[in-house]
This record gives sequence, structure tokens and C-alpha cells, in this order.
Amino acid sequence: MSEMAAHGAHKHPPGFAHQFEDMAQQKEASTLGMWAFLVTEILFFGGMFTAYTIYRELHFESFVTGSHLLEVKFGATNTYVLICSSLTMALAIRSAQTGKRKGQIIFWLILTMILGALFLGLKLRFEWYRDYVDGIVPGISWAYNGPHAPGVQMFMCFYFFMTGVHALHMVAGLGILTVLVIMTARNKFSPEYYAPLEISGLYWHFVDIVWIFLFALLYLIGGRY
Amino acid sequence: MSTATADIHDRPAESRVNYLNASYGIKSWLLTTDHKRIGLLYLGTITFMFLIGGTAAALMRLQLIEPQGALLEPETYNKMFSTHGIVMVFFFLVPSIPATLGNFLIPIMIGARDVAFPKLNLMSWYLFITGCAFALVAILSGGVDTGWTFYPPYSSLYSHTPVVVMALGIFIAGFSSILTGLNFVVTIHKMRAPGMTWFRLPLFIWALYATSLIFILGTPVIAITLFLLGLERLLHVGIFDPAIGGDPLLFQHLFWFYSHPAVYIMILPSMGVVSELITAFSRKKIFGYSFVAFSSLAIAVISFVVWGHHMFVTGQSIYAGLVFSVLSFLVAIPSAVKVFNWTATLYKGSISYQAPMLYALGFIGLFTMGGLTGLFLASLATDVHVNGTYFVVAHFHYIMVGGALMGYLGGIHFWWPKITGRMYPDMWARVSAVIVFVGFNLTFFPQFVVGYLGMPRRYAVYPAEFQVLNVMSSAGASVLAVGYIIPLVYLTWSMRYGAEAGRNPWGAAGLEWTTPSPPPTENFEVAPIVTEDAYNYPIKQPRDYPNAPGVAHV
Repeated sequence: MSEMAAHGAHKHPPGFAHQFEDMAQQKEASTLGMWAFLVTEILFFGGMFTAYTIYRELHFESFVTGSHLLEVKFGATNTYVLICSSLTMALAIRSAQTGKRKGQIIFWLILTMILGALFLGLKLRFEWYRDYVDGIVPGISWAYNGPHAPGVQMFMCFYFFMTGVHALHMVAGLGILTVLVIMTARNKFSPEYYAPLEISGLYWHFVDIVWIFLFALLYLIGGRY
Repeated sequence: MSTATADIHDRPAESRVNYLNASYGIKSWLLTTDHKRIGLLYLGTITFMFLIGGTAAALMRLQLIEPQGALLEPETYNKMFSTHGIVMVFFFLVPSIPATLGNFLIPIMIGARDVAFPKLNLMSWYLFITGCAFALVAILSGGVDTGWTFYPPYSSLYSHTPVVVMALGIFIAGFSSILTGLNFVVTIHKMRAPGMTWFRLPLFIWALYATSLIFILGTPVIAITLFLLGLERLLHVGIFDPAIGGDPLLFQHLFWFYSHPAVYIMILPSMGVVSELITAFSRKKIFGYSFVAFSSLAIAVISFVVWGHHMFVTGQSIYAGLVFSVLSFLVAIPSAVKVFNWTATLYKGSISYQAPMLYALGFIGLFTMGGLTGLFLASLATDVHVNGTYFVVAHFHYIMVGGALMGYLGGIHFWWPKITGRMYPDMWARVSAVIVFVGFNLTFFPQFVVGYLGMPRRYAVYPAEFQVLNVMSSAGASVLAVGYIIPLVYLTWSMRYGAEAGRNPWGAAGLEWTTPSPPPTENFEVAPIVTEDAYNYPIKQPRDYPNAPGVAHV
């Protein structure tokens, strides 16, 4: 009856927002919000995955030829890098949850950022840049004249659109991690309140999972090994 | 509805702190996180966009007075119908009820202080006006001529108009929809007051919950589709390009996967409004509460599996056509459930014909017309005959204007006293509701006829034998315009000169009517605890009726 009066009177823990009744409600709301956001992300990528699936059926030979233009060793290395970064992200959340020193949380967060940046660096330097030099970037640098040329161009469109949108999500993730490092340094988190770390972790793991699908669908088709 | 005892002798709105006078200055509005103020920011923005879309429509109807075209070059005409469609769909109808009334009412109706994520809510508005700005730039730099559907390869490779800028505007505004939907879903799940169980929620909330699900599940798909289209236009190569084996039909599939559900984004909130209005003005509990609630969810679910009925004549497989036809017929069931339940609610009700009720009754009639003609279009053979004619144009305007817009205006009139604390002149409101109804039918009924006779849509000229019907339609559009301008005038007037509304000018049930008008920033003086079902008419509290229309008239 008198929550409103009580609301103004007693002190709330740091990070508490006025529209909620208590920390439990706030945490439930932010977690549900992030899951709902991830649903929208699945549908966002889903449009491209659907189109990919249809064209792969229509132009299978071209897609295999196009796939063989990609370097599996870099794709595989990057997959490994991202899975490691998911581990370090989870360890950062664990450190906050168990009330470890803030230095430890920051250590895991920065390690996550380094791995994320390593992924982007490898992608940019050893894949996209080489593709540009080799002339297999549709619309920008296209000199491919091997078999299935039109269909290969279609495959490379998918490759660049999908990995490009994924990379944008990685960049956004690095931005979020930067904010988390600053928040940690300012003692915002405690075992009672670490929801921003947890829901950012959900986002980071989601972006990793998208990459795992991309790796399988783009690099590993056509029975190369 | 609530145990909060109403202060019968409300002080005048000016002397009481409410959300409107809690702080002043442009900054207090631009940086607000109050869901009520954000609702008003949206209200101003979409009204502006409505005027732009309406102007384009007026120019089109002027053009079509004469068979050879009275006013515009054919290219300009193409830009006008594209501007009209794009602005009205993406920048007016999609955000209309959810972003204005939804933002204002959802937290109050469920007894919360605010939405779950107030800052995200403000960010949604900024995304929306950014999208609007891109659209305006595209319009001012000549406008696009692709129609609101952006079909490639015309839009991707051949059109000489600022397609990328316009698509970017829709892309950005789409994220505003996504975040609004996300905010509403979390708010309805997690922020309900003690005792506000799912089956005590007002049906407006159920309708907006269903709408929010479509926002979340549909909008990302149109976002990525327009993104891919824009890339294709910039790079001159892409996945819809037939030269490298791409299929333009894939764009149509992805486009309608969002844009058919988007029709229900536009109509479901109006259905929610009508459920509120019908009960309030017939003083009866809604007939079949759970059927109305679940029919909203059913419409949202079915909406995702019917998109192919936009593509019956595109060369999609005949078996796909059969399946999409049958599934499209299914939409009629939950829609009819709603109409029958509203009419059953009216039966033996104590009906009063105040302005919001006139809009609600208009909605039922026009929506039924629009829905039944939708069945013509869902049947394969009939669709082949009328596809791409004015019959289709008339059908979807009966749903989107006769349905969605009537519901929006009814809702604005119903909750205006709550939003502003002021009454508007009731007689003017009733007159303009009738003008809108008459003008609407005069505009669009002739289009059913002219479409059935074979006049194609999207042409700047037409055979002379269709002139009478087209002149009728243009005359109706003028009447309709008058019907839209009158409320704009008296609602603006009422904000300063209208009579004090009091808490509950309509004697309606619902938590929003237990709090002062305008509500305080925190929505309630005492946090509500809900002990009753929705629409528990007759309401037990004495009707707070001091300034109701006809009692103490302005």
C-alpha cells in the first residue's frame, strides 16, 4: 500500500533504478530485456541465413568454389580466439559474482577485449585485406575469372555482408566492454549488483555463437577435407 | 478497481504538481525519461509526419480529378504515392498508438511508476526522429519513386532517386520500434502492480503485448532486408541482383515477412483501444474477456505465416499459393471473434454516443468491411482478377484508415482528458467523428468499384470512363481532410481553454482513471493494489463527473 512512501525513505543499493520495487525485480527485468534483444538479433541475422540457405541450394557448386577461396586456418584460429574470449568473459562475471577484487574483474574484461581485438585484427589483415588484393571483394575489387564466376560473386557477397555485420557487432561489444571496465574501476559492481556484466556477457556469447555458425557455413562447405 | 481512495475534491490542475508542470523548459522535455512525456514527444512527431503524408495524398487526389492528370508530371506522381505510403506506414501508423497512447498508458494501466527501461524509451524517440530526419532529407531532395515496397531490381539498380537515404531512415526508425516493443514486453511481464494478474489486464495491454511481439520478431527482418538492399545499391552488386544469380523475389519474401505482420502492428493496438471504448461507453463488462485477449495473440502468431498472399501473381509455386491462401483465411477467425465480442458487449448495454464511442462504432463497421474484402483477396482466383487494382487500395485503407486511424482518433479522444487534464468541446468532436466517417467512405468506397472494374493502382492517368468515381473519391478526400483538421484545432484549443476534466470524466473502469488528471510524475499518489477484474462495471466508486460533457459544458 505504501511502497511509494517507503520508496523515498530508505536507501537503495548502488545501481538501483527508481522505477523498480527491488533489486530482484530489476535484475529479472534487465535479463528478460537482454534475452528479448537477442531474439531480435537472431531474426536480424536470420534474414541473411535464410537467404544464404536458399542460394546455397540454388547455386551449390558456385558456393563450394567460393568457399574454397577462403583460408580455413584463419577462420579456425579466429573461432578458437572467440571461444577463449567467451571463457574470459564468463570468468569476469564469476569474479564479480563471488566478490573478488575489482582488479581481477578488470583483468578478465581487458583480456576479453584483447581477444576480441585480435579476432578483428586477424580478420582485417589476413582475410579481408588479402581478399581485396586478390580481387575477390564484390563491388569494390573484383577480378575473379575462375569457374562459376557469377555464383562465386554471390557467395562472396554473402561472405562479406555476413562477416561484416558480425564484425560490427564485435566492435559494439568492444565498446560495451570499455564501459564495463570504467564502471568496474568506479566500484559500481558488487555480488549484489552485477547485472550489466551478466547481460553484456549474454550479448558477447551470442556474437560468438553467430561466428561459430558463420565459420561452419562459410568455410567448411563442400567436403574440403 | 483500486483500494486507493480517490480524493473527490481534486484541486485544480494548475495548483497540483503533475507530470506536465513538474519541471519546465525545453531541456526538461528533451532529456525526460518520463514515459508520459515521451508519449507526448511521439505524439507531436507523428502528427507532423501525418501532415506530410496527408499532403502527398491530397496532391495525388488532386491529380486524379482528371483522366489525363490535373496537376503533376507522372514522375512526380510516382514520388507522391511513394512518399504517402512510406511516411504513413513507417512514420505514422506503425508508431501511432503504441508509441503515443501505449507509452502513456501501459505503466499507468498496470500500476507501475514507469516502463522497465526509461532511458531506452527516450533513446527510441531519438532514433525515431533521426529516422524521420533521413526520410525528410530524402523527400526534400526529390523523393523516391519506388513505392513503399522498394522492390528490386528497380529500387536497387535503376531508380534515380535517393533510395539509400530513405531506406536508412526506415532502418533507423525500425530500431525505435524494436526497442519500444522490447520495453513494453519487459514492462508487462515484470512491472505489474500487486494483484494485477495476466487475466486482470485491460485488453488494451493484451493488444499491445501482441503488437510488441511482432515488433520484436518482425522488425529486425525488414531492417536487414533494407540494409542488404542499400548495400546492393551502393556497390552495384548484391544478393538480389539477377546478373549473378540473385532472385528479386527473395526480397519480396523477406519484405512481406515483416510488412504483412506490420499490418497487424497497425490494427492490433486499435483493436485494444476499441475494446476499452466499447466497455466504457456501454457500461458493461467485456463479453468473452479471454477470447478477446487470446485473439490478439492468435492474430500476432498467424500474421507471420501469411505473407505469401502478397505474391500470388509473382510466379511463386501454386502449392505455396494454396497454403498461403488457406492460412490467410485463418486470420478471419480471431478478427471475427473480436467483432462478435464487441457487438455482444453492446447488447443490452447502457450506450452513450460520446465522441470516442462514435469512433469505436465507426471502427467496427469499417474494419468489418476491410476484413471481408480481405477474404476476396485471400482467395487465389479472385486475387488474380483484382491484384494491383484500386480494389486492393480500398481494402487496405478500410483496415488502416477505417480501422487503425479511427481507433487512434478514438483513443486520443478517450484519454485526452487524462493526458492534458482538460475536456474538449464534445459537440465539435462528435461532428468531426461523423465527418471523418462520411468522408472516409466517400473516398474509399468508389475505389472498390473502380478497382473491381479494372483500374490499376499507381498510375498518374486513367481511362475517361473512371472519372466520375475518381472525382467522388477526391471529393471524399477533401471531406476527410476537414474531419482531420477540426480535431487538430479544438484539441489544441482545449489544452488551454478546456474545462477541468477531473479524475474520471467518463466514469470508466481502469487504474488510469483512479489517478488525477494529468497524473503526477510517479503516476499514482499511493501505489495501487489490484483486487478486481478489468471492466468491473458498474464501477462502485461514485462517478467523478464534475466536468463531464453535458454536465458543465464549456
